[in-house]
Formats: sequence, C-alpha cells, structure tokens
Amino acid sequence: MPPTKTDVAPEQSSPAQEAEPLSIIGKPLMKVDAMAKVAGETLFADDLAFPRMVFCKMKRSPHPHARILNVDTSKAEVLPGVLAVLVGSELPIPFGILPVSQDEHALCLDKVRFVGDPVAAVAAVDEETAEAALEHIDVEYKVLPSIMSIEEALADTDEPIHASERIDGNVHKAVTLQFGDVEEGFAEADVVREESFFFEGNTHLPMEQHAAIAVYGADGKMTVWSSTQTPHYVHRAMAKVLEMPPSRVRIIACPNGGGFGGKSDPFNHEMVVAKLSMKTRRPVKITLTREEVFYCHRGRHPVKMWVKTGIKKDGSITAMHFRSFLDGGAYGSYGVASLYYTGALQTVTYKIPRYKFEGLRVFTNKPPCGPKRGHGTVQPRFAIECHLDKLAEEIQKSPLDIRLEKVVEPFSTTANQLKIRTVGLKECLERVAERSDFRKKHRNLPRGRGIAITASSYLTGAGLPIYWNKLPHSGVQLQLDRGGGVTAFCGSTDIGQGSDSVLAYIVAEELGVEVEDVHVVTADTSLTPVDLGSYSSRVTLMTGNAAIQAARRLKPLLLDPAAEKLQVPVERLAMAHGKIFDRQYPEVSMDFAEAVVLAEAKHGTLGSTGSYTPPRSRGRYKGAGVGPSATYSYSACVLELEVDEDTGWVKIEHIWIAHDVGKPINPLLAIGQIEGSVYMGLGEALMEEQVFRKGVHKIPSMLDYKSPTFVDMPPVTSILIETLDPQGPYGAKECGQGPLLPVIPAVPIAIYDAVGVRIDETPVSPDKILKALEGRLAKPTVPEYDFPPPAEVPPMREDS
Amino acid sequence: MMRLPPFRYFAPKTAREAAKMLADHAADEAMAVAGGTDLYPNMKRRQFTPKVLIGLHRLEESRGIEEDDDGVTIRGMTTLTQVENDEILQAHYPAIAKAARLVSAPILRNMGTIGGNLCIDTRCNYYNQNYEWRKSINFCMKKDGEICWVAPSSPRCWAVSSSDTAPVLMVLDAECTLVGPRRVRRVPVKSLYHLDGIDFLKKERDEILTEIHVPKSNGMRATYLKLRRRDSIDFPILGVAAAIETAKDGTVEKARIVLTAVESAPVQAEKAEALLVGKKLTEEWIDEAAAVAYRPAKPLDNTDLTHAYRKKMARVFVARALRELSRG
Ligand SMILES: Cc1cc2nc3c(=O)[nH]c(=O)nc-3n(C[C@H](O)[C@H](O)[C@H](O)COP(=O)(O)OP(=O)(O)OC[C@H]3O[C@@H](n4cnc5c(N)ncnc54)[C@H](O)[C@@H]3O)c2cc1C
Ligand code: SF4
Repeated sequence: MPPTKTDVAPEQSSPAQEAEPLSIIGKPLMKVDAMAKVAGETLFADDLAFPRMVFCKMKRSPHPHARILNVDTSKAEVLPGVLAVLVGSELPIPFGILPVSQDEHALCLDKVRFVGDPVAAVAAVDEETAEAALEHIDVEYKVLPSIMSIEEALADTDEPIHASERIDGNVHKAVTLQFGDVEEGFAEADVVREESFFFEGNTHLPMEQHAAIAVYGADGKMTVWSSTQTPHYVHRAMAKVLEMPPSRVRIIACPNGGGFGGKSDPFNHEMVVAKLSMKTRRPVKITLTREEVFYCHRGRHPVKMWVKTGIKKDGSITAMHFRSFLDGGAYGSYGVASLYYTGALQTVTYKIPRYKFEGLRVFTNKPPCGPKRGHGTVQPRFAIECHLDKLAEEIQKSPLDIRLEKVVEPFSTTANQLKIRTVGLKECLERVAERSDFRKKHRNLPRGRGIAITASSYLTGAGLPIYWNKLPHSGVQLQLDRGGGVTAFCGSTDIGQGSDSVLAYIVAEELGVEVEDVHVVTADTSLTPVDLGSYSSRVTLMTGNAAIQAARRLKPLLLDPAAEKLQVPVERLAMAHGKIFDRQYPEVSMDFAEAVVLAEAKHGTLGSTGSYTPPRSRGRYKGAGVGPSATYSYSACVLELEVDEDTGWVKIEHIWIAHDVGKPINPLLAIGQIEGSVYMGLGEALMEEQVFRKGVHKIPSMLDYKSPTFVDMPPVTSILIETLDPQGPYGAKECGQGPLLPVIPAVPIAIYDAVGVRIDETPVSPDKILKALEGRLAKPTVPEYDFPPPAEVPPMREDS
Repeated sequence: MMRLPPFRYFAPKTAREAAKMLADHAADEAMAVAGGTDLYPNMKRRQFTPKVLIGLHRLEESRGIEEDDDGVTIRGMTTLTQVENDEILQAHYPAIAKAARLVSAPILRNMGTIGGNLCIDTRCNYYNQNYEWRKSINFCMKKDGEICWVAPSSPRCWAVSSSDTAPVLMVLDAECTLVGPRRVRRVPVKSLYHLDGIDFLKKERDEILTEIHVPKSNGMRATYLKLRRRDSIDFPILGVAAAIETAKDGTVEKARIVLTAVESAPVQAEKAEALLVGKKLTEEWIDEAAAVAYRPAKPLDNTDLTHAYRKKMARVFVARALRELSRG
C-alpha cells in the first residue's frame, strides 16, 4: 500500500509538520543538480559566453589610502582591441548593501581606500588586451597615511577614510545596549571574571571566483548574470547606480561555486560590466582573479573582545557585559549588522538574565569585512565558550554540566527580547558527551591529549529584511504542465547548499509527484518571485514555507475534478508517487498528469503562489532588528586532539557534533552542511588569517592563505537532533551556519585540557602554542573607548 | 583569470639541441621548461616573461630510473609520481621516494619532474605574488625592484630554497649530469646551489640537467622530514634530510645532515656531521648534534609561520631525523 498523507490543509493553516508519514522529506535523496555538476553541465557565470562578447579588467589601486588627483585614459582608449574605458565619474551614484551604508562606488571617485580598490575599467576584445590596456591608464595619486588597525583608527586624524557628518573620525558605528542592571548582577555573583579575546579576520575562499556578464539589449533592457547570493539586492543596487527603472533591469544569479557570504553584497564589478555593456553595446564579461576575490572579501571581521561575567557557585549566570571592537575595512558593507550580531545571540544559547553590550566598528584601509558563515556571532561565541570553560574550572564544575544547566528555556524570551522557540541544545550536549565518552575523558587523558565540549545557537533566517518593508521574504510560484510536470519559480539562489533541491523536494512532497517531475527555475529577478537571498540561513525555512503554501493552494484545484471523476469524496483522496488515490481503496486512482488535464479543463490554466514572512519580533529598541529569527538552531560539539609539545603541532583526532536541525529535509544535505562547517571552523581555528603587511594583503593566494586540505580533515561523527519546530517547514530549522560555531572554541579549550595553556586568540597556530608553553604568549587586549550611553529600551511587543 | 604571457615553444629531441637553443638566445629571452609546475605559475605572475620556451618533454631517453654497478640513475624528466612509486628507489633509497611523495599534491607530481624540482625558483612571500601586488610594494630586489623587504639593509636576496628532493640527494652524495651546448659535465648536486636568492643555481643557464646519479647505498640510511602547514600542496618551510652509515657496533662512520627552506640554498650542517663521526646515536649525542646542526639555519620572515619558530623547529627536526635513523 502506498504511503498516505493528510488531506488538503485549509489555506490559512500554518505550514507546520504533517502527522502522516512523509514520502520524500527526511529521505537521503540525491541533489537535483548533482548529476549536472558531476558531468560538468552546470553553467557557472564564467561558463557563459555570448556572440560578440568582450572582456573587462579593472585597474586597481596600489595604495592603501590615497587621493585620486587625475585619471588619464587617453592612451588606453586608442589601443587596438580596446572598445571602451570607464572611470568613476561615469557612475557617480553610491551604493551599498545596507541603506545606512551607501558608501561604495562602482569605480572610486575621489579616493582609494585599500590596495585593490578599483579606479578604472577597460572592455576589450580579449582579457590579454584588456589587461595590457590597464598599463596605459595613468592615475595620479596623493598618497595619504594609511590606517591598518583598530588602534590606528581610533587615533585622531585629519584625513578620515570616509569624510561624513554621520561618522566620527574613523568610527563607523558605536552602540550600547543594556537589558537590566548588570552591576547589580555582578554584586549578586559568587565569581566575577573578566578577560579579553581576539579573533583574527579570515575570508570565505569559495572555489568559484566571482564572475559577471552584462548584456544591454537593443530593447533597452539590462540583463546581468552573476555569481551572487542575493540577486534581489543586486537588482535594487544596479537600477540605482545605472539610473535605470528597475523594471528594465534583470539580474540572474548563476549557480554559485560556493558563497559562504562572500557573494552577498552588490559588487562594483557587476555595475562596471553593466555600464561597459551600455557603452560598447556588446555583452561584457569579467571573471575575477583569485587576488581580486581576496580584495572583494566581505569576510570575517577581526574582532577584539572583552567579556565580564558574574556567576553563582551553582553555575548560573547573574549578568554579562560584553564589548566588541570590529576592524571593518574600507567600507560599510553589512558592517552595522555584523556589529550588532557580535552582541545579539549571547543570550540565545544560555540563560543570561542581565546583559549589556557595547560595540564599535571602525574603518581601516583594508578590503571591507562583512558576512561570513555565522555572521558576527562566530567571534563572540569563541570568546564566550573559552570564557565559560575557565569559569567552570573556577567553580570546579564540569564544563558539560555548567552548560546543560544554563540552556535557555524553549518558548521563552531573552533579556534582549528575542523570542526563542524549540531548543534541542540539551539533547545535543548529552548526545555528543555520550558518544565521545566526554565525562570519562575530560581532565583524565594522558598529557598531550585533550578534549573539549562547546555549544552554540544560530538564526534560522533574519527576522527582518535588509531594507525596511512589509513584503514577504520569500515567494514561490507553481505552474503545471499537461504532462504532469510541475515548475517551481523562486528567487532563492543555490550556492551549493542545495536550495534548489529543497524546493523540489517540498513541492514533490506536497503534490505527491516524483522529485524528477519538478523543474526549478530560481534566482532570476524577471522570472521568479522575490526571495531575499542565500544569507542568514533563511532559505529552507522561508522558501520552504512559501512552497508549502503555494502547493497547498494548488491541491484543491487538482483534487476537486479528480474526486468527481473517481467518485470518491475529496477528503478521502491522497497524493503520492505521481498518483491521486482513494485512501481506503488505493487501487481507485489516477495519474497526476490526468488530474492536471482534468483540472485545467475545469479551471483554466493552473498555477498558484505562496509566500512567507517571519513572525514579528518583540523588541522595539534601536538595534532590535538584528537578532530576531523565526526560530534558532542549536549545536554542541566535542573535540579531541593531540598536541605535540616539542613542535606545538595539533592533530585533531575526532569531532562529535550534534545539531538541532528541527527536522532534516534531507539528512544527507544536513550532514554535508555540518561536515562543511566543521572543516571551515577548523580552518579558522588552526590556520586561516587575512593579514596585511606594508598596507597590502600578505598572502592573497590559495597556496599561501592556509586553509585545510581534505587530507587535513579529521573524522567527524554528525548527529542530527529533531525538535520539529512549529515555524519550520515540516519542523525544519537551519543547518548551514550554526554547526560552525562550536568548533572553533573547542580547539583552544581542548589544548588547555591537553597541555594546560590557554590561547585566547585565533588562529591557534603551533608557534603560539609553543610560546604559550614557554609562558611567553601575550594576552589579547582591547582599546580604551568611551561608548555612548545605552539606547532606550521601550516595552516589548506582545508575544505573537 | 591570470593568463600566460605570449611565447614561442620549441620541443627539441636532444639535450644538446635544447642547450644550443638556450645559448642562441639572450638570458631573459629563453628558458627551459619540463613539467612547468613551477615555471608556468611564475610566468602568469610575470616573474618570468621569456619569449621562447624550450620544452624538454620530447627529449629522447630523458625519463626512467635504472640500477647499475655504481648505484642508480634517475633521468631528469622522470616525474615525481614515477620517483615516488619506483620499486628500486623504494627498496634502496626510500628517502628519495619519500621526499618526492611530500612534494605538493598528486596532480602536480604527475607533471612535475625531478630535474625541474632541483632547479625550481627560490621562494619568498614578497616575490610569489602577481605583478600588481609586487608593484604596490614597489617590487623587490629579486625582480624589478631595488631593495629586499625581508632584510632591507642586506645586499643580497634571501628567497628560500624550496626543493624537497635536493636535500635528500645531497645527503646521499648524489651527482648530476649537465649537458651544455658544447660540453657535458658531472657535478655533485651540492655544488648546483649558491647562497643567493637571485643567483641560486651554479649551473650555466644553457645547461640541461639530464641525469641524477645516486651512489650505491652501502648501508647508508637516510630520511627526510618536512615542515609545512598542511599535509598536502605546501612547499617546505623547513626540511631536514639526514643520512648515517654505521659500523657493525653502531658507531657512526659517516653522517650527512642537510637543511632546506631555511636559506637560499640547502645548507649542510658540517659541524654536526663531524661531531657525530665516531659516536653512537645515543639520545645525548643526538641532542648534541641537533644543537649544533640547526645553527646554520637562517630562516627569515618570508614564508609561512614565524622565522623564530622555524629556526627552533630545525633543531627539533634534526633530532627527530637522527632518532629515526638510530632505530635502524
Ligand atoms: C601549488 C604548488 C605546490 C608545490 N609544492 C612543492 C613542494 O612542496 N615541494 C617542492 O619541491 N616543489 C613544489 N612545487 C614546485 C614544483 O611543482 C616541483 O618542484 C616540480 O618538481 C618542478 O618540476 P617541473 O618539471 O614542473 O619544473 P618546471 O616548472 O618545468 O621548471 C622549473 C625550473 O627548472 C628549470 N628546469 C626544469 N627542468 C630542467 C632541466 N632538466 N634542466 C635544466 N633546467 C630545468 C626550468 O627552466 C625552470 O626554471 C609546487 C608547485 C606548486 C604550483
Ligand atoms: S628575500 Fe628580499 S629580495 Fe628576495 S624575494 Fe624576498 S623581498 Fe625580494
């Protein structure tokens, strides 16, 4: 007997999980694009070519900070093979991902702000000619003192990186938030501990280098294909910069060869190829070199942190005061959000009744920092887990128990007014501890060998969009063809995480067709309803809910004529495996395709739409927009390692990681995300650093920027915890970013268990370990800064 | 993407012909290329822009490994994959096979040759950068610039000798055959190198390295230890090759220790070698030798990890290499 399902859900019902067995959701199916990827059929942006296409190269600044006195392109313009040269004044309108940080230009106008900032661009018949032409563009600069650190940015200057009334010197943004009286909390505590940490900057390192192709058509419409995670935001920025009606601009996100947040901003090279296509009336393409990808950056901010926590002897926290100092690089990017994120989710993991956050982001003459997997929450999670391990030791409590006892309550509201829903963290902690035999091993392994336990939480989609609006965050449109095929249109962007697959699985599940019968058309601003983009772990939850709604709106249209034909009451009909059948007498059935034909005859052309908007957040204070989410995912990790005391070398022996994913839509994809997170986390913990010397990126290559290879990857045991969250499609939460968080702090904590030294900064490299063993490793520090008074905190909105 | 500069490509059949072609061009005009795994990336970054490349892949009888009465001969165009998997080398000179296996990654070893490995350019993270990057720091002495950023007051370049096989071939007292346009000569591998990051090879620019001769092992045991951040792809940031010949009672009769990636040429730790002769490889003598052997290492801040760390590790690695040999 085929598996059965519930009847059509009433339209207004919340898209929660179904009671009856699922036939596709939860199964380890292949990704819908897997075969095309393996066969080399997938067309990434750089694979696209058009007749008469020309190539673009950008001339970049060799100085970290300089005023542009003159740009002379006359020699380049007359070179054979050069079709057009572009300078900043031709695209004078600024853009940026956040409405509050419209501080970038397609090409620099008056100043360059880091080595790699572009000043001019060329379109030519081939890349060689374009590159040669760059040499014939003369740029005259007045070199300015460069600002390469947080401390330098805080010093007085006559020449701030951005001269603006809204900005004080090089301080991009300073914030203070206070929830409850932390001083009172510290007074109540038995132990108060304060200390500083440093998290080094690092970058995404996607395999695919960014590429974009623009075609300005004879019809006056602009089409841009790009490796972007956020076609909707590129659409808005592009129309603004080109001064074109958005209705004539179309952005298509190609499948991304990895993104991790590095392709979430609108980029100057996208604007540049578009304008060059207008100038040349030809398709114009750019593919960045690896060095240029390092210059696009938007990666992890280097953050200096200070944390003070009061705890009682029983391990409960009475108050926490957290300060962060972010080295933002040359532009705003997502920086204001990144800044708030360094303070937002502390309270979502453990119970913290009183909480104060002070944060500061400065501009420096380096490529701009932005969102990297775990956006802004990775650095504080590193600090807090290390800090908590020391607190546990101080009160002689097991690091497992101190965590277990503090886990936030399900369906509670945090001190900073974030609404928590399901919480699977206790189970995560217990399962990893059990599988790894943590209780037995901790403090009992032979010297040189160590073990750590850590925990974390993450958003399942930002609760608010990047620009203020009340529109849905994701939309799905379905169309049926007479052969039984279903096409799902959605703005979501597959960056390798499998969002196209998730869309297909959900539509197939809901309509009872095979996954192979679903076609997905995604990430095209002219063809697909808006989805805000592949960031903040929002796609499965938001697109998934939108897809469920669209499918459930379509179902009655199909079932109604089928019921008539089969002469079965509509409530008794079920849909699965390409059939519509009577649940009581399954042999009474018809093919899905037949039902489509009947339905089209009855209702006319068939289609439906669905959309999703996250629940309203509770906080109303300034800054409350960062942190709310439909629900939070939870992770816990145990890491065991060995330290060679003669060399400082660390060998990760094993990682056990449990993740509360709500419900895995596809456990294979979920585990893939967890393993990928472990890999990325270990890179950040052990070796990755985006560092500068003489004002320029020290190692902008995949050979010299050290990131683990797969032979460096330890064995990983992944455990999926199901909590069936009422907000998620079938109960699902995110799994793309959360599992990265607990991995990084676990490394220094396990090193302490192994050899008794604390390393309070990343990367935890062998030279630092040796220094620490010799007692010569300096402790991280934070600068002095007068933070503004706390923002006012009005009463919360009603719980929804 | 980064593209190769334009060049003409010749593929001669004999080493003599190749040498003549090189001799027919001015110094910067023509270069030999074997697997291209070192040269092509450098050309993309414009460290070299030769107008002519003399490809060595068509040279007759230029590949393979053969045993004879004097030892073993490895032809210059033998790939590192062949070296790593060769049964003769694995049986009698496992350290050579090991060093080859530790070079970069499998795909590059399929193309990269042992001749090319002995001749690779020295490395420095102020130098192994693209043209635009180097321009932004106003270049450096090794290419297009005036001063050395690593040691600004130094008259010489300190780029790092980075071949993994060179130190092993040196501790085994290997020699190589160089074919020039007019003469053929055979020189110790050791004398190929020169302590200068720019002028690091003592062979003439028109000489082709056709063969490597490793003498009979005669009970000589050798090993190679490599320090690098990751277990694949990375160049050495320290390499220690050591070889020991002992009498029946374990007394050291001959010792060789060569450090690489800590100077512009592989450096022989002669004092430590001398110290070990006549001693037994006890823990005390191993430590003593290591304490002497690491001194000639002069790592500077131009590769991965700190130079102080690399210097310290030189001592640890020498001790570990000797300890491994002491176990027989
Ligand atoms: C990512 C990466 C990682 C690497 N890691 C390592 C590493 O870990 N260890 C290491 O040792 N190397 C490493 N290499 C360098 C290189 O791959 C190897 O050294 C390889 O053996 C070079 O051989 P080839 O045949 O490719 O040399 P080529 O690139 O063809 O030549 C290198 C130089 O030698 C000259 N030359 C080549 N053959 C001859 C000959 N027969 N006679 C005279 N001159 C000759 C060429 O003119 C050129 O100047 C790495 C390279 C890359 C790109
Ligand atoms: S050692 Fe000095 S001269 Fe040599 S490559 Fe490096 S910076 Fe240039």
